[in-house]
Order: sequence, then C-alpha cells, then structure tokens
Amino acid sequence: MKPRYSVFSLARNAMNYHKDWERAWRSPAPKREYDAVIVGAGGHGLATAYYLAKNHKMTNIAVVEKGWLGGGNTGRNTTIIRSNYLQDPSIAIYELARSLYEDLAQDLNYNVMFSPRGVLMLCQTEHEFRAFKRTAHANRLAGLDCRMVTPAEVKEIVPIINDDPNCRYPILGAYYQPRGGTGRHDAVAWGYARGADSMGVDVIQNCEVTGIQREGDKVVGLETTKGVIRTKKIGVVTAGHVSTIMDMAGVRMPIESQCLQALVSEPIKPVIDCVVMANTVHGYMSQSDKGELVIGGGTDPYNNYSQRGSFPALEHTITALVETFPIISRLRMLRMWGGIVDMTGDRSPIIGKTPVEGLYVNCGWGTGGFKAIPGSGYVFADTIANDRPHPIAEPFGLNRFVEGRLIDESVAAAVAH
Amino acid sequence: MLVLKCPVCGAEGDETDFHAGGQAHVRRPATHDPANVSDDEQRDYLFIRHNPKGLHFERWRCDRGCGKWFHAARNTVTMEFRAFYGITELPPAELIAEAKGPWAEYFAERLKSESQA
Repeated sequence: MKPRYSVFSLARNAMNYHKDWERAWRSPAPKREYDAVIVGAGGHGLATAYYLAKNHKMTNIAVVEKGWLGGGNTGRNTTIIRSNYLQDPSIAIYELARSLYEDLAQDLNYNVMFSPRGVLMLCQTEHEFRAFKRTAHANRLAGLDCRMVTPAEVKEIVPIINDDPNCRYPILGAYYQPRGGTGRHDAVAWGYARGADSMGVDVIQNCEVTGIQREGDKVVGLETTKGVIRTKKIGVVTAGHVSTIMDMAGVRMPIESQCLQALVSEPIKPVIDCVVMANTVHGYMSQSDKGELVIGGGTDPYNNYSQRGSFPALEHTITALVETFPIISRLRMLRMWGGIVDMTGDRSPIIGKTPVEGLYVNCGWGTGGFKAIPGSGYVFADTIANDRPHPIAEPFGLNRFVEGRLIDESVAAAVAH
Repeated sequence: MLVLKCPVCGAEGDETDFHAGGQAHVRRPATHDPANVSDDEQRDYLFIRHNPKGLHFERWRCDRGCGKWFHAARNTVTMEFRAFYGITELPPAELIAEAKGPWAEYFAERLKSESQA
C-alpha cells in the first residue's frame, strides 16, 4: 500500500521542497502471463482494473496502453457529469457513475475535484421543452433529483444568458440536475491508476497491442510491442480504436469513429458557476477553476482517426454559444483539440461479452463517456470477473443489435453529451 | 477543411457544400433475397460498419451542386481523398487492391459474385 496523501504528507513534503514524493504508480515491464489484461489505460480501462482488484480481488492483472495513460478521450472531454438520461438502462448506469463520483476522491485518496455545480439543459424550442419534460418525468420515476426550471430561474442561475424572448431560439425553460457538475478528468485517470497500482495491478504504458491470439473460440493472449502476454481474459476498452482492436480478434463492431472537438478560452473572472448545455443550437459551456470557459459541441459527420476536427464544426459551436451568451463574443480562444469518439447507432454504450470466449468489450461511449467512468468500470469489472453481464450492464450487450432492442438516446440528447 | 469534387457535375467545394452520408457499398439483404434474411444479416446491414484506420469508402451528396449522391475513397488518418466515383460504381482497381481488413474481404466477395453473375 502506498503512503496516503493527506495534509500531513503535504506538509512533510513541503519541508523537503517536494523532492521526495513517491511515484504515483510504477512502470513495470509486462509479465509473461496475467489473469486478465485490460487494453486501454483511459478512465474506463483504469476504473475497470481498479474495481477488478478492489471488489473482485483480481490483482494479477495488467492494463496495457499504446500511448500514455489518460492521454486519449479521458483528457480531451469537457468533464461534464450528469445522469439525467431518458431510458431506464441509461439512468441506472449513469446514476451509478454519478453517485460513485460523489465520494470518489475519498475512495481513491486522490482529489478528482468533483464539483456538483449543477447541469442546466436549455429548452429552446417547444419540441425540446416537451422532450425534456418527458425526460424529467422518467427521471423522477427513477428517483433522480432533477427538475424543470422557468426562464426566470434560468436567468437567476446563469445571469450571463441571453434571455431576449425575441431571439431565434429563446429560452423557454430548462431541465436542471443540481447534483450534476464537473470533475478533473486527468485526476480521475491518475487516481484510478494509482489506486489500481497500489493493489498490484501493472499499468504498462507505451505498449501497443498488435494482435489477439485465439485458440478456436477462446482468447489465449495478446501480441504487443513489448512481447507476447498470455491471458485468458481480455477487456477491450479502447474507445475510438475499438474497431481496429476487435478486428484483430475477428469481431466486427457496430461502431464508427468520429472526431469530437472541444476548446477553452483565455481565463477570465468567474461568470458562470454551472454547466449549461444548449442542445438545439449545439453547444455546451462551463468554467474551469482556472477561469477558462470550457466549450464543446457536436462531432464531425464523417469518420476520422486524426484527432483533428473540422473547422466548420467548431464554427457552428461557437456561433451557437455566442448567440446564447453574447458576453463571450470578444473572448479569445486559447486551445482547441479533438478526440476520436466511438459512435454506436443508438448512441448508447456496448458493455459485455463477445462471441469470442474470454474477450470482453466496453466501448461505444461516444461523446459522453467521462461522466460514466466509475459506473462503467464498476459493472465491467464485475462482468469480467464473473463471466456474465452485471445486471446494470446487461441491457448494453452486443446482442441488442441482433434483437433490435436498442437503447435510443440519440433523440433524447440530439447533440453530443 | 475537406475539399471535394463531385464526379457527376464536376462541382468543387469544401465539406460544407457536400453532405457526408456514411459508409459506402452497404447492401440491403432484403433487396436481393427477401425470404431469407437472417437476424445477423439484418444487424450487419443496419448497424455493423467498416471503421478502418486508413483507406475508407463512403457516400457523399453534392448538396449545393447537382444534388446527386456519389462515392468517395478517403484516408481516415490523413483525410486525403483518393478518388471520387459514381454511386453505382466500384472504386478504381488500384484502390480495391489497396483496401485492407473488412474492406478487402468485402471487395473480394463482391467481385467474385459479380464474375459469377
């Protein structure tokens, strides 16, 4: 077990000019064999490893990562956390994740800066107003703490919003989840990595998977750039690159990889203390603790592996947000970046077993994976350990595409979420 | 910004002048043999998608030109367009030869079935 982070360890290390901090995780060479190997050290992969070790006592496991941990979509999102989805299976998994976020910092002994500052989803057309009302009813039946708010309340929560009733998309109200918010995405990856590592999990970076070894219908190992690793259980959690990995095992996926962009402005004084999502005009915004406005929008409409998005998509997002928040029109943007998201037809994730024995997949989180990291890792670890889908993961199996049993969130959250 | 050229009317423009229509060459099984469509075939048709990192084949529509759908071959890493070709056509032979993975399998099967017919 690693020394715990605390105010005392901080003070002690300050005395030594912070020269003696222990490394948060090791960088071991891969062993020849593991009980299970997770491919992809993003938030979902590391959370899976963490819960495998913590809840299921599987510590002889590894997480292999092509680049550096948390360097993919985990470090590229806009850190929004909410659970107010329309469909029951979605509510169950996203709410599990959101509730785990509440005490994740204590659980991991790592400050993930979860900030339940509230998520406000604007209703800017009559249709959207009704759709969110329907979601509100569904969420209340499921016991979620959410409510509709009036335009006057919206203005009170977000004073900088454009409340002109004569604009093209006036604010007709909003759907509010006060317990939603943001977190620090890097810290989530780092905290899970440190937690898993301290229980004996090997997190192996710069180790690209080049092949999946099968014997008949079973997996027996992985070929990587650091040699062959024998294992009977493989969990693939590679988001935008899930199709390329699954192709190695001969499993075709209902996934298309597209680029989703985000950007931040120059830092300014606090102007907005919640997350605002404007789905009709395609944009969402919050303010980081550093003062930057964090902005995201929709994906490019075509496949892309380059982590660089198209300018029209960005322009569209900015146009929408300038309409919604006229005050930001003169702000300069500091950085922009893209992440490759794995889109499914129904915009819901895929979690569970595959036709190949010992091969498990957790992907398809598309544009909304960050908020789900703890819940996703929790149920996926259970699925791998017990070789059957966790009850919350069960509706998200690959077989739903054969049975036509879709979990349609694409209409409920028309924009990226 | 992607720059495209419509093979039908010859109009050139950027991606905002065209509409991306997803994967090319998706065939509806019920069109060919309505009586014998398995659940798996229907799933493949509706949901399974080629998602290569590299050479990809897709449909686009000439939105602000002739309005016709056409095909394009594009690299999903470099974003470079390799060819534009008609909606009823297969890609140029050299690109078929270059295709990998599921696309290579698809073209092999397609060419085999067409040579038999």
